[in-house]
Amino acid sequence: MSNPTDTAKGPASKERAALEEVVIRFVGDSGDGMQLTGSQFSGTSALLGNDIATFPNYPAEIRAPQGSVYGVSGFQVHIGQVEVATPGDEVDVLVAMNPAALKTNLSAVPPGKTIIVDTDGFTQKNLAKAGYETNPLEDGSLEKYTLIEAPITSLTRTAILDLGLDNKSMNRSKNMFALGMVFWMFNRPLDHTIGFLEKKFAKKPQVVEANVRALKAGYNYGETLEILPVYKVPPAKMEAGTYRIIMGNTALAWGLLAASEKSGLPLFLGSYPITPASDILHELSRHMHFGAKVFQAEDEIAGVGSALGAAFAGNLAVTTTSGPGLALKTETIGLAVMTELPLVVVDVQRGGPSTGLPTKTEQADLLQALYGRNGESPAIVLAATTPANCFDYAYIASKLALEHMTPVILLTDGYLANGSEPWRIKKVADMPDIKPHLAKAKGEENGAPYLPYQRDAETLARYWAVPGMSGFEHRIGGLEKENLTGNVSYDPQNHEYMCKIRAEKVARVARDVPELQLEGAQEGDLLVVGWGGTYGSLHMAVKGLHEQGESIGLAHFSYISPLPPNTAEVFARFKKIVVCELNLGQFVVYLRNELPQFEYLKFNKIQGLPFAVVELRDKFKSLLK
Amino acid sequence: MQEAPKYTFKDFASDQEVRWCPGCGDYVILRAVLKALPEIGRKREDIVFISGIGCSSRFPYYVNTYGMHGIHGRAPAIATGVKLANRDLSVWVITGDGDSLAIGGNHFIHALRRNVDLNILLFNNEIYGLTKGQFSPTSLLGQKTKSSPFGNIQPPFNPGELAIGAEARFFARVPDNLPKQMTEVFVEAERYKGTSLVEIMQNCVIFNDGAFDEYTDKKVREDHLIWLEHGKPMIFGKEHNKGLRLNGLQLEVVTLGENGITEDDLLVHDAHNPDPALHLMLVRMKMPLAVGIIRQVDYTPFDERLDEQIKALREQSKFKSVDELLFSGETYVVE
Repeated sequence: MSNPTDTAKGPASKERAALEEVVIRFVGDSGDGMQLTGSQFSGTSALLGNDIATFPNYPAEIRAPQGSVYGVSGFQVHIGQVEVATPGDEVDVLVAMNPAALKTNLSAVPPGKTIIVDTDGFTQKNLAKAGYETNPLEDGSLEKYTLIEAPITSLTRTAILDLGLDNKSMNRSKNMFALGMVFWMFNRPLDHTIGFLEKKFAKKPQVVEANVRALKAGYNYGETLEILPVYKVPPAKMEAGTYRIIMGNTALAWGLLAASEKSGLPLFLGSYPITPASDILHELSRHMHFGAKVFQAEDEIAGVGSALGAAFAGNLAVTTTSGPGLALKTETIGLAVMTELPLVVVDVQRGGPSTGLPTKTEQADLLQALYGRNGESPAIVLAATTPANCFDYAYIASKLALEHMTPVILLTDGYLANGSEPWRIKKVADMPDIKPHLAKAKGEENGAPYLPYQRDAETLARYWAVPGMSGFEHRIGGLEKENLTGNVSYDPQNHEYMCKIRAEKVARVARDVPELQLEGAQEGDLLVVGWGGTYGSLHMAVKGLHEQGESIGLAHFSYISPLPPNTAEVFARFKKIVVCELNLGQFVVYLRNELPQFEYLKFNKIQGLPFAVVELRDKFKSLLK
Repeated sequence: MQEAPKYTFKDFASDQEVRWCPGCGDYVILRAVLKALPEIGRKREDIVFISGIGCSSRFPYYVNTYGMHGIHGRAPAIATGVKLANRDLSVWVITGDGDSLAIGGNHFIHALRRNVDLNILLFNNEIYGLTKGQFSPTSLLGQKTKSSPFGNIQPPFNPGELAIGAEARFFARVPDNLPKQMTEVFVEAERYKGTSLVEIMQNCVIFNDGAFDEYTDKKVREDHLIWLEHGKPMIFGKEHNKGLRLNGLQLEVVTLGENGITEDDLLVHDAHNPDPALHLMLVRMKMPLAVGIIRQVDYTPFDERLDEQIKALREQSKFKSVDELLFSGETYVVE
């Protein structure tokens, strides 16, 4: 918790210290409802005007054995009256429902912080399952913390005993009791969550009653508990507007819907379920009423194959996947390069190689996206940088594909996909126009026959003629194309020309790429370079040091291929450049090739976890010495 | 929809030089397709040919419609996307035994299962031609090829059996030397709403010449092939005196007039029967070999189901624009 800035009277005449920001982590068994508890806390805090970032942490197993360390599921919420750009490095309040949850999360809690435990969960059996030889609540090992021992399960049962629910159902409400306690701690009203419960369980009034009673009981219990510290987190200064809390995968799906509406082309999604990308498929499946054709294919290859077919037939075609799926789609993306059709490929990166760490985040598909195809096979590569701007980059990916007639690979990651933050909602009318590069209908052209590989002089995009357009019948395919006619050609000179022109077409997209913006110092000692989902951590680390007077700037990339046109000019303004990535240095490999005149230092992490602001700050400090 | 103009064969021939080996069965099939297209009543711009990789997959270049020469095995997936994107199109898939039964097996069976309205023409020559002579998933046991010099030890698929196992509702088989009948089957396949699979016994003159001679040679074909027609008794033979009947759970060849056998004893072909039991027996039968439309069962195509679902959702939906979705649910205002 950051420094208290002032104090105010709490409702029970306790002094409430005002905090700039706080990080709370709810952890329990994967069936304990910790995701819901966390999202209710963040939803209520959003309504109070806090800035927010959240991140869930769940096991790859759906329901691991109860009480086991690999079945622990968590949800971290970071709220603030200051800017919040990451879910937070360190936990200020840990709510642990059992020993396994405590054991696996304790390392994130610095000494002096608060730990709330459900003492009912600390049975001999559960202690043994978690691998504790002695009970940590009794052996003094938690002395450094403010330990709040609450019999959450039994208090919950007492509160709802007369409702006549069975044991299992009664225990299910204990997460609401814990939430009530934390609501009391941070002076949050209950009405938002009560409203949520009433709606969610509208058909089960008894369940509503049990949960609401548990929530209130927890809140009142907190009030009576002298030892429980209480705080307030006043509203953050945020740009005026209408907001919602949005997750990266949802934002991405909505960006595609917006692009479809704006371009006037039906959306086609060909996809195959894969963690952590499946939520995009789920979200779009719910919105087929917009005319979106959502097709769950038999495999990754058919997902992208059907999308390419839909692109040939004139839809805004998209396929969504994660690393292993991108590997399977490789050959078809090559066909999209050769046929020069608009195709959006979304890769929600996860830990690799192979099956790797399906539920963890990583940035190690960059070189696969850039180079992972046979032949000279250029494509546009973009990366979203926050959960909310997955909306923007999904939109931009669609726009660039449709206007430049090329596949676009959009990289996000597990951290962006499942993380959430406030989003100042955009209107489709305020988004830039999308002008699909369609061949002019019959009668509009100057009488010359349609040549499938004739190009726009500026962008080099070929003209898109789709089945159903009379007089434009043509054949395309994976064999090398003769310039202009698109007929099969094995001519040596033609092949070299076509390879170069496909590369030049993608290179010219740089004309539509906004200039790289620097944060912090505009020139000086150290330039921090990042791309994609690490933005929040890098931004906070650089901002902090720059405010302390350090000569440090941040250049964060969303446009990877092609790079923003002023990249070299920006790099030249700094003495040192350090490239920070959640891999072993893939963007560096690319930059050394594209801009070899600079020397690049590396800072890499490959643990399935995002950067902690503090580890970045330490690294940058050492480089600034 | 406007009516299609009166086309002839020539309207569908492209300007590209056809590059199959002289004598290849593919020429006959191309001609049969070019003859079928004017019969189907579709406008040229509404017809799409999608292929995979292999000798047969060069086919789209030779037809003056929309077309895409895809990648190995993936034609059914690409074609599914084309059809779902625009249901008004007549979508054809051109594939071979290697393309659809080996590398593309998954897409092949799932297209059939879903019953997307596609016309799949499977050129089965029981060999890999374009890669110069390796055994394919339909090559015979013991067959000597470049990659099985001591005889093929991989037992083959029977394409019709595989297809019916994958829920195919339209299956036809035709030899490549009966062009007129082939054209008729193609027209029928196009009219069928759903995935129609036509297996063409296609002779590869270079790597597997004569593979189907036992059935297709003019001298024997009337006795070794039975051309099935829905509603007609199963009669074949040069003298029209042989027929099929059911003996227990086996098909049996009988001769009319022998042992008191009359036409009434013979099976009548019912292509429309949803029960695939008899169709499977016909597909597996080695002598005579069943050709013609063996199975043709009405079943809602996948593209129609998707279209109807979207239409219904559109009517029910409370969202009339994307903005309404973006601003729906839990939002809050910062002043």
